[in-house]
Amino acid sequence: MAESTLQPPIPIVVKKKPSESAVWRVTKYMTVRLITMAFTVVVGLYLTILIANMGGYVDEIRRGEIRENVQQQVMNDRSLKGLTNEQRTQLIVDRIAVEEKRLGLDRPFVLRSFAFLKDAVTLNLGFAEFINADNGSRQVKIIVLERLPSTLVLFGTSNIILFFVTLYLALTLSRNYGSWWDRFIVATSPMSAAPSWFYGIFVIVIFAAFLKILPFGGMVSAPPPDNKIEYGLSMLKHMILPTLAIALNQVTFAIYNNRTFFLIYSSEDYVEMAKAKGLPAREVERKYILRPTLPTNITNFAFLLIGVWGGAPIFEGVFNWPGLGRTTLIAAGLFDTPVIVGTTVIFAYLLALTVFLLDFVYALVDPRVKIGSEGTSQ
Amino acid sequence: MNSIRKFFIELFQYPSAAIGMIFIIGLIIFSIYVVIALPYNEAISLWRGDENTWYKTPRTAQPKWVNWFRQEDLPETFSFNSADQQDTKTEEFSNGTNKILISFPFEYNSELFPQEVSLYFKSQYTAKQPFVNVKLITPDGRTINLNSFSIGRTYTYRLSQDQKLQRKFFGISPEKGIFVDPTVNADSLELLKAVPGTYELIVEGVAFEEGSSLDAELIVYGHVYGWAGTDHRRRDISIALMWGAPVALTFGLLSALGTTITTMIIAAVGTWYGGWIDEVIQRITEVNLILPFLSILIMIGTFYSKSLWVMLIAVIALSIFGGAIKGFRAIFLQIKEAPYVEAARAYGASNWRIIMQYLVPRIVPLLIPQLVILIPANVFLEASLNIINLGDPVLPTWGKLIQNGVGNGALTQGYYYWVLEPAFVLLLTGLSFAMVGFSMDRIFNPRLRGV
Repeated sequence: MAESTLQPPIPIVVKKKPSESAVWRVTKYMTVRLITMAFTVVVGLYLTILIANMGGYVDEIRRGEIRENVQQQVMNDRSLKGLTNEQRTQLIVDRIAVEEKRLGLDRPFVLRSFAFLKDAVTLNLGFAEFINADNGSRQVKIIVLERLPSTLVLFGTSNIILFFVTLYLALTLSRNYGSWWDRFIVATSPMSAAPSWFYGIFVIVIFAAFLKILPFGGMVSAPPPDNKIEYGLSMLKHMILPTLAIALNQVTFAIYNNRTFFLIYSSEDYVEMAKAKGLPAREVERKYILRPTLPTNITNFAFLLIGVWGGAPIFEGVFNWPGLGRTTLIAAGLFDTPVIVGTTVIFAYLLALTVFLLDFVYALVDPRVKIGSEGTSQ
Repeated sequence: MNSIRKFFIELFQYPSAAIGMIFIIGLIIFSIYVVIALPYNEAISLWRGDENTWYKTPRTAQPKWVNWFRQEDLPETFSFNSADQQDTKTEEFSNGTNKILISFPFEYNSELFPQEVSLYFKSQYTAKQPFVNVKLITPDGRTINLNSFSIGRTYTYRLSQDQKLQRKFFGISPEKGIFVDPTVNADSLELLKAVPGTYELIVEGVAFEEGSSLDAELIVYGHVYGWAGTDHRRRDISIALMWGAPVALTFGLLSALGTTITTMIIAAVGTWYGGWIDEVIQRITEVNLILPFLSILIMIGTFYSKSLWVMLIAVIALSIFGGAIKGFRAIFLQIKEAPYVEAARAYGASNWRIIMQYLVPRIVPLLIPQLVILIPANVFLEASLNIINLGDPVLPTWGKLIQNGVGNGALTQGYYYWVLEPAFVLLLTGLSFAMVGFSMDRIFNPRLRGV
């Protein structure tokens, strides 16, 4: 060790081509993020399990699963056909006891919780008590994964549209500071205080109940059209109101927020400098205002998206959208414990994935990551 | 004191803040009034009351003020009770039978039909049940024999559900049939109109014992009730609208206060001590970010308890390590380097003293807008919990009204008032707090000054 301290540190980065270095840095950054995120997910799932298990509910899921398996085995075993009912019941009870011992259900919870954790991480979520998947399966994993695409389509589409629309409008407004529209947006920004389901009720009253031009809820019209194009169109029609509700909740606040950042950044010296150089207004906007504010905008968007994920059960409930959130609600109504825990686990994954993806976009747009500074640990 | 006055003067420069502030103060006064005027136990027992408590009100009736916007007024409910109005009842005892004649003459002024017509009987006897015959005399002098039956100690005769009577009126439901002029031919059921005039409902009762009694109560249910209307269980919505205010304010204020103050102290401790404490707090924040908030609340509500207080604690616990911690941390990091903190360290102030006396007070101006903005978020959260059936099972709240309404087809069947009234007060409350909070943010946050 003594020799190495005598060596001056070798500046490796400087000698590399900047583009290679950028790729290398982004990769390194993302790897670090992936590892921390995986760790975070595991901790989050473990917390979920702890909460779910405080009343012994995860134990019940496991016990129910064992009972079902053992019953199936005994029923299907031809060599046991000759037994009387009592003998068979006794056999089932015995086998359940053995199986529970084998899986360690008699061990203390701290040890078992790690087994649950493994199940949760590998999406081995057990069997539902009441809810069926469309193909008739009772596996929670299948039920949950079947519902996931509907949720992703709804929230993914509407949020991405909103992100770009608000960014564009915010830029326009920051150009017209103090105009009527600008003051309107500032005045209406507190509308974000009410959640999107709340506006959902209003838009349903206006467009579905009163004007009768759009459907009350659901994902496609009934019966679902066979034609793929018609199916898509019907789905788009059903998405108008939910998107409108999300927009009413977010748009003005997001525009206000973005516009404020643009205004703050557009009074920086380098922007004045660029303007003085005679660069076209659009270029100043793109390179000197939009670029440095993009990471902040994306972070804001990430928080918005996370909030939207959190509200999904209610939102999908109000619009009768057959997604993951509504499944949670139905499961809660039926006391279907495995499905409630299962959807919670999936939502934790979704949130983690959202954070990770936005981190990735962040890494692409944030110069601190690409060029390399102390910002890498951010 | 002077600085507070200066702050309020500056705050009222924003019209939205002034309007919001007026609404908030009004809401607080209203909440105090509600809690005094309609005490908790009374409100709960009314709200949880069954058909016996609420039999006098119509089902899903609109509020009275809808008549202001209509050309033709919707009829109101009216009732007669022979026990209260003795002049409606005559008794005649002869040959061991007690003949009781109850007559309710009433003026019906509307061309619209009532929602329901019901008769509630009460009688006292030892062995033999009294027998009654009910008939109606219309303004044009016809006598309609409605029904006859023997009654127990209590008996309810709902005209609207009398199948035999409906056949007699050729399928028109009886509460309409009795008001229709049979000589007028209407093309469809919708075009039927009630004939205004003086009607008389007569109950001829025969009791077979000496000393037995019979009383009847006639209720003609209208389509409007009170200033807020009624729900599917005939309950007066205004109870929930009124009690929703103190519940929402309590939940919003307590959760916002609990969350912001704890978050601030944690952020201060983390920044001051730094090192592994700060690191741990940061990691917890990241984990907290991916915890599905609502799903966990659903788990807690389904598995343990739906009580407002349990939910309140859960909400606070889940929000302590929220995104706000990062903002606070950034500011604390700046303050930590300030010369006066260094001075405090030099004179030997304890860590706790520096955190509480030097770091925390500096952040209060930034904290207040956060707090005010968080209140409406939590008011709506309480409503959200009700929407997904996780509301307090006992309390009447705004969210529960919306949930009841949506769940019982208020939107599809046109009972809009049922959902829109609580939605409107929620919006008013939420917007008032948000408007004040946003304006405070613009005053306190140096980055937003002048923007």
